[in-house]
Amino acid sequence: MQLQIPPAWAGHESVFRPSSEPAHAVFGLFTFMVIVSVIVYVVVIVATFTAVRRSRDSEATPLTQERERSSHRAVTAATAATVLILFAYLLYDFGVGRAVAAPRDAANALHIDVVGHQWWWEVQYQDTAPQRLLATANEIHVPIHRPVLLDLSSNDVIHSFWIPNLNGKKDLIPGHHNDAWFEVDTAGVYRGQCAEFCGLEHAKMAIVIVAQTPEQYSAWYNAQLQPPQPPTDSLRLAGQKVFLSAPCVMCHAIGGTPAGATMGPDLTHVGSRMTLAAGVLPNTPSNLESWIADPQRIKPGANMPATYLSRADLRAVTAYLEGLK
Amino acid sequence: MSAAPLPDSAPLTPLSADPDAMAELERTWRSSHTGLWGWLTTTDNKRIAKRYIITAFMMFLLGGIDAAMMRLQLSRPENHILGPDLYNQFFSTHGTTMMFLFAVPMMTAMGLYFVPLMVGSREVAFPRLNAFGYYTYLIGCVFLYVEFLMNTGIDVGWFAYVPLAGPQFSAGKRADVWAQTVTFTEIAGIIAAIQIIVTAFKQRAPGMSLDRIPLFVWSMVVVSVMIIFAMPWVAVGSQFLAMDRAIDTHLFNPAEGGDAILWQHLFWFFGHPEVYIIFIPGLGMISSIVTTFARRQIFGYAAMVLSLVATGVLAFGLWVHHMFATPLPQLGESFFTAASVTIAIPSGVQIFCWIATMWTGRVRLATPMLFVLGFFIVFIIGGLTGVMVASVPFDLQVHDTYFVVAHFHYVLLGGAVFPLFGAFYYWFPKVTGRMLSETLGKWQFWLFLIGVNVTFFPMHILGLQGMTRRIYTYLAATGWGTLNLVASIGAIVIASSVIVFLVNVVASLRSGAIAGNNPWDSDTLEWATTSPPGPCSFPDIPVVTSRDGLWERRDDVPVMTGLRTDRREVLVTTLHEAEPESRHMLPSDSIWPLLLALAVGGAFIGAVYTPIGLVIGTIVALPIALGWAWPKAPTGPEMVDDVR
Repeated sequence: MQLQIPPAWAGHESVFRPSSEPAHAVFGLFTFMVIVSVIVYVVVIVATFTAVRRSRDSEATPLTQERERSSHRAVTAATAATVLILFAYLLYDFGVGRAVAAPRDAANALHIDVVGHQWWWEVQYQDTAPQRLLATANEIHVPIHRPVLLDLSSNDVIHSFWIPNLNGKKDLIPGHHNDAWFEVDTAGVYRGQCAEFCGLEHAKMAIVIVAQTPEQYSAWYNAQLQPPQPPTDSLRLAGQKVFLSAPCVMCHAIGGTPAGATMGPDLTHVGSRMTLAAGVLPNTPSNLESWIADPQRIKPGANMPATYLSRADLRAVTAYLEGLK
Repeated sequence: MSAAPLPDSAPLTPLSADPDAMAELERTWRSSHTGLWGWLTTTDNKRIAKRYIITAFMMFLLGGIDAAMMRLQLSRPENHILGPDLYNQFFSTHGTTMMFLFAVPMMTAMGLYFVPLMVGSREVAFPRLNAFGYYTYLIGCVFLYVEFLMNTGIDVGWFAYVPLAGPQFSAGKRADVWAQTVTFTEIAGIIAAIQIIVTAFKQRAPGMSLDRIPLFVWSMVVVSVMIIFAMPWVAVGSQFLAMDRAIDTHLFNPAEGGDAILWQHLFWFFGHPEVYIIFIPGLGMISSIVTTFARRQIFGYAAMVLSLVATGVLAFGLWVHHMFATPLPQLGESFFTAASVTIAIPSGVQIFCWIATMWTGRVRLATPMLFVLGFFIVFIIGGLTGVMVASVPFDLQVHDTYFVVAHFHYVLLGGAVFPLFGAFYYWFPKVTGRMLSETLGKWQFWLFLIGVNVTFFPMHILGLQGMTRRIYTYLAATGWGTLNLVASIGAIVIASSVIVFLVNVVASLRSGAIAGNNPWDSDTLEWATTSPPGPCSFPDIPVVTSRDGLWERRDDVPVMTGLRTDRREVLVTTLHEAEPESRHMLPSDSIWPLLLALAVGGAFIGAVYTPIGLVIGTIVALPIALGWAWPKAPTGPEMVDDVR
């Protein structure tokens, strides 16, 4: 199954298209608040402009006790209405707050750890069986109709995890662990990006969520658990050699090879991912090549340095990485 | 400083009827030096406050240029006008300028100019301290922008969250510059707050009991108390940050037992009241303008005062709603939701009272009143979205997105800048003696109203479409380009509105209509003196006989006399009923405030570069403080009956 980035993210990154259990409830609350706010706004503005119009340059009407009393009644009534509306809103809000606090079926949840880095997302799927632990980056696949529980933390500065269609945001704070959850109901690709200012490349720290049917998800998961097919053709073999002898290996890991560093994203199945550089570029061979050649041009300030490779080596290592499906 | 009992016998003629006494009074209050020295040594609250207002307005313009650069960069996707480093400096400087160097100083400066006049006093309570506060603030402004030009502009936001602003992730001096700039404004803010509280509580004109204080003065009193309670938190916080960076205290470093969240509590316990500190004076200005232009006393005076006080108290119970995503336990968050919702009630009460005032008054639609209507149109949208973001689940969706950017610009432009422009049109004649042009004023109003809405309304939608804050660029595929372009066009309209205002000010200063004492037929005491007021503001202290103020006896304001003419004295009255209590001698002009401000500024700026800077600066400051406080021989007999 080949997944494609949507040509435009609009709708795949939007509070207006809730696609999970908590997001639906929040969108309902939002709709209610917008309707009430519009009514309140129209009433107050109409009252203001009526007050100005009717009193503008009118003859001096004496301020009688009776007029002051009727003003008093009107202000009291308006204040009482404000209190009642706010109280109704509070009750509704607390109800939604309770409903979205935790999944109902937590026992069945999929557990994923997300660790924020400047400026990418480390993703670790948890499992009771150690051989089924899975590390990846910047892309999370989840089954639909199953709660997903995220454990959020950070190793450097504060980041914030937010997928507008799926859940409200939670911060990733060094020294703390936070929870977030969602249960996707519509298969599809969703995008989000870091919501807490985290330094130079805060703007280029996006993440992609791929929600699949349980069968597709299992197939993907089992494929990811396998080490990638060793390269067979000479170009990719050369590419692997370049990778293992160039600075790449100092920061990145590739399953089934001696590369095991954890400074940068795990690249075991990098060829199967939709984006590069944390959601910045579509994953195409030419994009990967320009990224390796000069990351600072695409993401100035990123921690990955430019790697000086010959033209042939660059092509080889690109072919090798793209082959890591 | 001395206080002498008031003479027993009643005065017969007011001072203003005695030319000799008037001449002596003029000599006493006028600056004792001319030229540059006089400019540097003056302690006249009106001169100091004018400098404050002009400096703060310059900061508004600079912060606006920062914002214009951001809008330029964001006007289309994947733009390359600003890189991430420069963009981060621009947005951080914009926020810090607008919050710390424009909004709060501008509001306190309006208070420093008008509170003494509105309560019928000749001066603020501590004129030298006042001058010191201004110079500290000025040094902070210059420091921030000099550093910006030297490419050490702050890049950690106006909030400087740790660990990003901590020693590990913010190399260089940029975060230190932020911490010390904030320190400068804290000092100036607290000084201004003390002035305003003492002046409003102890120097009111006889007869101005607590229930006759103009609402603008009440709003400044509430804000001043808030400043005194809120500013120390960020003072402590920013010095903790400076210590973490300079001497490795690890207060915010989780690896050494510190905590990153502690910073957020310290910052927002100040930061949330800060928002109310900025717009409560705006509410006071609205009350002044509505009273004058509806030609009746405000409806529900007691409710208005209590609403201001309630807002000031509740503002301290809201800070966690900036931290819902960190997160807190659900029960705790519910408390802060409820508090955030409750604060809508006093705001609502004030809005209803203004509507009732206009409904039963006779409204004149001059430019100040137009800005009041602009306040209604803009601020209420911000208030309603404010109630929305009080909801924890909804806030988690829009927190740190452009929805929140839209929300607080509606609140702060609507709640502070619209009233401020209204107040400029309203009080400009008092400060300069000339009227601003009504035609240009209407142009400015409409451009500003349109510009603000075109710029900020689309941001609500952008935020809901996933656009997060503080990003220097975005992908074309996100589809955010069109609305961002609209917002950037709106920014041009706002800029043209501000240019119209500047043209109006320059043209009116040269050839505006002469205002006279009370051009708007207002009720409060600042309109009882000349426009502009003379050095001593009130030769005769007005006496207040009812809440109607000047409307009570328009051309025949009762006055009292008995203050000496040969030295600067103000009348001290009782807190509650404002009965005359004593005379308070004020100090003369002095260079010490400027010198001390330079020494303190040197200490804090030095501390940016080396911890020893603080020690050296303190050693220099001590003898200056001593010189300031050195007692002087009395200049005249203390107990003298100088009844005229």
